[in-house]
Amino acid sequence: MEIKAKQFKNCDMLVISGRIDSSTAPQLTEALEGVTDGGRYKIVLDMTDLEYMSSAGFRALLSSQRVCKRYNRGEIVLVSVPERVQEALELAGFTELFKTFSESVEAVGSF
Amino acid sequence: MSKITFDANFDVLDEIREFVGDTARQVGFSDKEIFAIQLAADEASSNIIEHAYAGEKGGKLEIECINFDGGIKIVMRDHGKSFNPSNVPEPNVKADLSDRKIGGLGMYLMRKLMDEVTYESTTELGNILTMIKRTGENG
Repeated sequence: MEIKAKQFKNCDMLVISGRIDSSTAPQLTEALEGVTDGGRYKIVLDMTDLEYMSSAGFRALLSSQRVCKRYNRGEIVLVSVPERVQEALELAGFTELFKTFSESVEAVGSF
Repeated sequence: MSKITFDANFDVLDEIREFVGDTARQVGFSDKEIFAIQLAADEASSNIIEHAYAGEKGGKLEIECINFDGGIKIVMRDHGKSFNPSNVPEPNVKADLSDRKIGGLGMYLMRKLMDEVTYESTTELGNILTMIKRTGENG
């Protein structure tokens, strides 16, 4: 699993490729904390190349979303959520907690 | 039916998903169903690795995949700490962000993705988690 970080004027982007499960979720947490520890709370998560995510990944996202949304300072938004991951997010009731976009340009522009 | 014994650590999750996916494919499940079965198996294995063996080294997780006429049966056995699933509260999947509890999500997904999930704790045979998903072709 690989995460590439990019920084834009108004937000940060994390591009995830591969699978997020209990083994790799800590890397996701680290990458998210890497952004928020720097005082930046507007994050675009590009899931174009994400193959799979289990609840370990959902928990990492949830924790980080709480940090980002505190004091209304920002949020994490999702881009190109794969169909299967979308279904799992729906089952877990996560779709109301995260805005989703089909294009990263839109997502970045929303901040 | 095939059975594999895995080391109880998170590195084996890829293999477990592949193992379970192979049997699910043989049973004839759709891609969406195969994904669901693999996710359920991942959640179940992750829980066992994390809670039954909580940091202990050398724990084993034995997984059996059975292609029965009409579905798949996955049996997971471990010899770690037992736990009572009814002690795990169901997460509130409609709560706001600040009210969402982090725990219980794995088990919740398992129960939603599979048709049956049962848990047994025995003294000689260890803990046995059984999950069944039916193809629905047999009515």
